[in-house]
Amino acid sequence: MKLAVLGAGAVGRSVADLAGEYGHEVTALADSTSAAVDSDGIDVASALAEKDEEGRVGDAAPEDALDAEYDALVEATPTTLGDAQPGFGHVRTALERDRHVVLANKGPVAERYADLRELERESEASVRFEATVGGAIPVLSTIEDYGPETISAARGVLNGTANFVLSRMAAEGLGYEHVLAEAQDLGVAEADPSFDVNGTDAALKCVILANVLSEGDREYSLDDAEVEGIEQLPGNALDLAGEDGRTIRLIGEAGPEGVRVGPRLVPENGTLAVSGTRNIVQLETDHAGRLNLSGRGAGGPETATAVLADVNRLGL
Amino acid sequence: MSDDASSSEVRAYTVRLELVDEPGELLAALGPIAENGGNLLSVFHERGSLTPRGHIPVEVDLECPQDRFDALVADLRDAGVNVIRAGAERYGEEVTVLLVGNVIETDFSETLSFIEENAEASVADVSLSAPGGTSEVASARLRLAAETGKTGEVVAAVREVADRKDLRVVEPLTELEGSA
Repeated sequence: MKLAVLGAGAVGRSVADLAGEYGHEVTALADSTSAAVDSDGIDVASALAEKDEEGRVGDAAPEDALDAEYDALVEATPTTLGDAQPGFGHVRTALERDRHVVLANKGPVAERYADLRELERESEASVRFEATVGGAIPVLSTIEDYGPETISAARGVLNGTANFVLSRMAAEGLGYEHVLAEAQDLGVAEADPSFDVNGTDAALKCVILANVLSEGDREYSLDDAEVEGIEQLPGNALDLAGEDGRTIRLIGEAGPEGVRVGPRLVPENGTLAVSGTRNIVQLETDHAGRLNLSGRGAGGPETATAVLADVNRLGL
Repeated sequence: MSDDASSSEVRAYTVRLELVDEPGELLAALGPIAENGGNLLSVFHERGSLTPRGHIPVEVDLECPQDRFDALVADLRDAGVNVIRAGAERYGEEVTVLLVGNVIETDFSETLSFIEENAEASVADVSLSAPGGTSEVASARLRLAAETGKTGEVVAAVREVADRKDLRVVEPLTELEGSA
């Protein structure tokens, strides 16, 4: 399949880098200011080298990538809230051209789900977004395979940065600020980790889960979520939890009662108390009990793996 | 992938019984529990209060394998014990929460009595950690005993008082209690 990749951050770069291995061809790659476009396939390695050296991927304008020849558009620009632009516009353009869209950008799925589905209905092509929830973990495709109507709720740990901070604080008895700074040094937390520690990132993922589970009966957006973060949580709270065989995790829930994200007490050695940057999603199924899916929830190659799995599903 | 819904898993239950005020009644009621592999955690005998039928209410906390609980309740009934309620509820009978913030200087004892009065809960255990003294950010762990099936009300009361006093609440993930 021919792919146009929008976004040259960790995810976009990895998708471009790994596409060949999966038997696909990258015909366009764009960052926010430039693009490399070639209907016979661009030279990914040199485009990425140019990005590193000169801060741009090629000589073309970013809009040229959107108009290029491709079978599927990979939308991996940064997640934006509200109208979810410019990501949403990119999706619209591709679908109006009857080109498939694979999203890594959470904005359009979390903030404008009904609009997105409407565009898809009017198009010959389809939209997939496995990569928006749980990184490499096949959460949405599992829900799709089982049938959303057979799953009553989903919950889990959906932000690796927050989980790293909480598990380090509990294990080492260190303070919040100290561990967060360490996470930034290790590259686990971004320079601005607000969305990770204030619960927004986990909430967006839960909103997407809620949208998928409700099958259009109700549309959710970030405004519908009850969100609390882990900022400035004192170490003594984790100590008290630990004395009682429990620990604290930033847990997201999506179900009939809506979407909720917040720090919660969970059994210290329980299924949901994953450590480090690991993520876990627990699905409550009607006929098969509880299903736990865990793995790496973020990172370039991890998220690209989910994007490329979606691309492969389009080919079926 | 793993599955944690094992029926032989031991979990806690609360059983409410009505006993006739006669010697040996309590002992007769406890027999079927042991016979079904149950482990008695506590017996709460509400002395002085009578049920509408003039019997004595007794609340028994026990642990037993999930797949034996129904047989245990059936045996109790066979033994002539009036079982009013038998842990059919999804949630456990105790709930543990953390309060974080200016816990002490916001009148901690009023916080506790508010929860007890508004949710008919009783504070079973309190642990306080205030390394910076009374005015710094402190944390408190509360173990609250609630009537079976009423833990939601307890948590709601905790949220209400915490909201009023600008405290953070770390709630348990109740879906997991007893089944994780």
